[in-house]
Amino acid sequence: MSNEFYRLRVNGVDHEIRDAWTGESLLYVLRERLGLPGTKGACEQGECGSCTVIMDGEAVCSCLVMAATAVDADIVTVEGLANDGEPTDVQQSFVNAGGVQCGFCTPGLIVAVHHLLDRNPTPTDLEVKEAISGNICRCTGYGRIFEAVRQVRDARAADAS
Amino acid sequence: MSITNATTVDEALAALRANPLARLIQGGTDLMVEVNLNRTKIEDVVSLRRVAELRRWHVDEESNTLRLGAGVPYAEMERAPLCDYVPALAEAARTVGSPQIRAAGSLGGNLGTCSPAGDGLPVVSALDAVVHLRSHDGSRDVSVHDFMIGVKRNARHTDELIVAVTVPLVTGFQGYAKVGTRNAMVISAASACLVHDAAAGAVRLALGAVAPTVVRTRAAEAWLASETSLIGTPSVSEALAKEFGARAAAECSPIDDHRSTAAYRRHAISVLAQRLLLRAAAGAAVHHGGNR
Amino acid sequence: MRERQMRADMATSPNTTISASTGTTTDRSTRSRHGALGTSALRPDGLPKAQGRFAFSSDAWADNMLWGATLRSPHPYARIVRIDTSGALAINGVSAVVTADDVPGKLTYGLIASDQPVFARDYVRYAGEPVAAVAADHPETARRALEAIVVDYEVLTPLTDAEAAIDLTRAAIHPDGNVIRRQRIVRGDQHLVGEIVVEGTYEIGMQDQAFLGLEAALALPDDDGHGVELFVATQWLHEDQKQIAACLNLDPSRVRLTLGGVGGAFGGREDISLQVHCCLLALVTKRPIKMQYGREESFYGHIHRHPATIFMRHHADRDGTLRRVESRLVLDGGAYASTSSAVLINAVTHVQGPYRCENATVDGYAVRTNNPPCGAMRGFGVVQACFAHESQMDKLAAACGLSPVDIRLKNAMRTGDKLITGQVVESVAPVERCIRETAALPMPEALAVAPDPLEIPGGSGLTAQRANIRRGVGWGVSIKNLMYSEGFDDYATARCHLANGVATLQFATAEVGQGFVVLAQQIARSVLGVDTVLLEPISTDIGSAGSTSASRQTWMSGGAVDGACRLVRERLFAAVAGQHGLDPLRLAIDGTDVVDTLGSLRISVTDASRGLSFDETFEHHHRKTEELDENGQGNCHVAFAFVAHRAVVDVDPELGLVKVVQVATAQDVGRVLNPLAAIGQIEGGIAQGLGLAVMEEIVLRDGKMRNPSFTDYLLPTALDAPDVIATMIEEPEPQAPLGAKGIGEPPCISVTPAIVAAIRAATGRELPRTPVRPYDIVFGP
Repeated sequence: MSNEFYRLRVNGVDHEIRDAWTGESLLYVLRERLGLPGTKGACEQGECGSCTVIMDGEAVCSCLVMAATAVDADIVTVEGLANDGEPTDVQQSFVNAGGVQCGFCTPGLIVAVHHLLDRNPTPTDLEVKEAISGNICRCTGYGRIFEAVRQVRDARAADAS
Repeated sequence: MSITNATTVDEALAALRANPLARLIQGGTDLMVEVNLNRTKIEDVVSLRRVAELRRWHVDEESNTLRLGAGVPYAEMERAPLCDYVPALAEAARTVGSPQIRAAGSLGGNLGTCSPAGDGLPVVSALDAVVHLRSHDGSRDVSVHDFMIGVKRNARHTDELIVAVTVPLVTGFQGYAKVGTRNAMVISAASACLVHDAAAGAVRLALGAVAPTVVRTRAAEAWLASETSLIGTPSVSEALAKEFGARAAAECSPIDDHRSTAAYRRHAISVLAQRLLLRAAAGAAVHHGGNR
Repeated sequence: MRERQMRADMATSPNTTISASTGTTTDRSTRSRHGALGTSALRPDGLPKAQGRFAFSSDAWADNMLWGATLRSPHPYARIVRIDTSGALAINGVSAVVTADDVPGKLTYGLIASDQPVFARDYVRYAGEPVAAVAADHPETARRALEAIVVDYEVLTPLTDAEAAIDLTRAAIHPDGNVIRRQRIVRGDQHLVGEIVVEGTYEIGMQDQAFLGLEAALALPDDDGHGVELFVATQWLHEDQKQIAACLNLDPSRVRLTLGGVGGAFGGREDISLQVHCCLLALVTKRPIKMQYGREESFYGHIHRHPATIFMRHHADRDGTLRRVESRLVLDGGAYASTSSAVLINAVTHVQGPYRCENATVDGYAVRTNNPPCGAMRGFGVVQACFAHESQMDKLAAACGLSPVDIRLKNAMRTGDKLITGQVVESVAPVERCIRETAALPMPEALAVAPDPLEIPGGSGLTAQRANIRRGVGWGVSIKNLMYSEGFDDYATARCHLANGVATLQFATAEVGQGFVVLAQQIARSVLGVDTVLLEPISTDIGSAGSTSASRQTWMSGGAVDGACRLVRERLFAAVAGQHGLDPLRLAIDGTDVVDTLGSLRISVTDASRGLSFDETFEHHHRKTEELDENGQGNCHVAFAFVAHRAVVDVDPELGLVKVVQVATAQDVGRVLNPLAAIGQIEGGIAQGLGLAVMEEIVLRDGKMRNPSFTDYLLPTALDAPDVIATMIEEPEPQAPLGAKGIGEPPCISVTPAIVAAIRAATGRELPRTPVRPYDIVFGP
């Protein structure tokens, strides 16, 4: 193990990571070293999206990011989407629409949906589906998740107008 | 164990020179899978994530080419303005993994790994792309056909970096198609890229996932050129397209594996080749990447 | 009123439309106020899960903890000659290495037969079988420790052909023999030959539960070394407790389990996976042990759905009336028995499907091979039988010149009809309604002239254009038993405490995502008139709730919570009655008040319970069932639920690619307790059934899994999900404590044959096997 350290900026806070093994993924570091277990791992291969975080403005699989290479990146996890501990509109909508069952896929989906709506506030239904096609849900069959996203999209559009 | 988070190509090359066994990592979508699954032990790593030069692309109007940095993510290839220059690349980019994978994966990564199923590879093959390599001692350009040697084997020397790929900007139809069992996050059972160079009067077809490396169906291409004029929109009957498909399929050597069978893959290629040629003949409107 | 509420809830959902078909009167004693039964009450763990605050078992952490890891056999069948752990122990950071020699109690475990070793001793019988485990200071150290353990194997030829396993002259691969169970059903005329006879041999591949929340647990040893505490994601805490205690030679009272958050189960957590290993390492090292599986290990670490080969022959009159069914079923149980015995019984007793049939000749085997072990998965044997009988019904329809709908209507079971086991179906059995109401749901629009690529098979792969696509429609109908069978008393326990207007519930019911936690709150709100319902941690501190499986928890744990709340309500009424000199029988709950139905007294439940404390525990048992006799006759099931599915698919026949466009369904639910939760089960189950129809299969070669990863074991994505339209048929089930039937399994059962039937219609292919692969469509049969 290396005795050096590297810095990561997560949810606006700088962290020093010490005594880490080179191969640790960002997912591992978030969960096991930084006390941020909200991001989940379900496949270790980027095939399920449970580990989705925002890195430099892009939604990526944190299991495929070598943590020690993520220096100088701006990382946002599900814990960092809201400032005050209150749920975001996306989080509340997932609950209201029945889009949460076991909840394991939920953090990754929440992050992916925030990312989608931030860059495309008025996605069509197909654009929503394609945007979350990298997030596997085994419980819901996606119907209530589509509904949750629709509700946020429409509510935000109503607020904007 | 060491990590070099290079910010310039020179820094990366210096690190590689000092440690020829160092593993290169760009988006991590190949290497981290190996690490996570304990299939490879890593000691030293050179990360290219912060090398800005690798993420740039530009169009050279004089030579009518596009030079694409090896680190440009697939997500950017899907989007405007890049997607308008090489539509087949945008189409292929859209099929890479998931949106999260596309944000990280790159052509440099595909070429570095050199799996015959790499989604961008049939496109660069059909476009007769040139791969730009650089080392501490200099640089060299290699035709993509000479670069892709075999299954996960390429012509890169251990002290070299893939810095960019140059493709010609071609007028005429170009299209990509990929077959898989699911409607998203598909590992290709068979893929194909067809480029119709209307000015030069040539049709070029490259196949993925059906041989140890990407296949250019030169015999089928030559046969087609002898059967019909390829300058401007070609005239292609159903029967001609079907024959073209059969000939293309004859040039691949697919295997049976847990994903599919050789017989299916060969059949799929014949269908894809046929359909792509008919689209070229119809002057089909191209499907672009979806995320503009 | 219920009907209006549900339509209002669903009005904003164009993708899925729900309608409620109420059959009989509602329960007048409780209005459906906010949060009570019948409303889409929000689940209490929803926000924590959405915010990433909810603790799954993989999020558990303890100071001073070590990481455990498991060494598994690479061979499907081998004799263990020697195990040398010295290399692992020599690695810096490794605290312990354990093998079969270190198991202090029972060396084997199992849900029905105790035939599965904690660690393999003399033989390994499947690729992936645990041989040893280590504890180390970092997961990477643990991995290196595993690599340093040397195991000498004498590799043997594995038995991988299920049919060959039936041959009793063949060498047994296990002391219990190669046939786990055989069950015949012999009823009625064994020689009847119908005017119309259709037959076929059908194959169902090995599906995996693929729950996202990977196996994980944290074990904390007691200071005296004679007990252990375990946080674990599982389906049945008390069954785990029992098995752990036996293997570790501990008193069960000293094995305390708390449910760690569960990321889905679908049957895959009913068997022990890492529980004993984790606890053993904790006792040996005297430190907390965390164990978690990666995805590949998860495939090796839990049981799968039984692959099956099923021959069926249906005999009918010329007009399509079903007269006799013959069947031979072979289920491959893999190396260890798990619940194969019970899965077989489900399969053979559901062979006739939801249809009247008086004559049956059935022979079913669950066999042992060196393939990966199989056990419970949502549907539990009925999935396999249903694929076969629905494929047969379509063949029968064609042979009789009837439509797929009409052949099923003609033979539809009704309450009072008998199964081929002789059991009278006493449950509400609205099979005809299920079919008719499904047929009444609108068909999808025709494919657009220039459809978006994402709307057609091949998706962004751009393989097809509109002219390449053919559309097909297919049907499937099924019957599914609820709760455990063959005399098993799978009771459930719950405790209710009421004080100062706040109810607290305690139960050991495993919440795996299905939403029992919100249902329990709704029950308490309805029965007691409280708004605030707190939930104690789910643990073995209270009696067993049985397994979260078999579509049983709404009925059983719901019944237990309901029973405990009613006992508390009785006590509350007695207190109020005593205070006011009233007969307690006059009292009722109205909204959040206690009211005198014959007078003017109205007092809030909060006031009525102020300063008082009521605490009641209730066990809910279902009625007794019987074992089957040697002819498969007996009342072995508790109750049944029914469902119909209609699937519309688009196919590119030249490439064999499929897109499931729409699934319409009418499901017999008894009573809708939470519309949002109910539609979630329906849509989720349909997705799993779709997976088995077109993409999910563990591929084996010589006993080894070839695709233990999400790269090659494909789960449906958001782009694979069809539009779902659902009708929930409400004819309250008199046997069920809340009138509601279990709804978890039916959605995933008949949707698979419906989809395959639709592909057959679009392509003309016979497709006797599921999942259907592109090459099946292209090359046939």
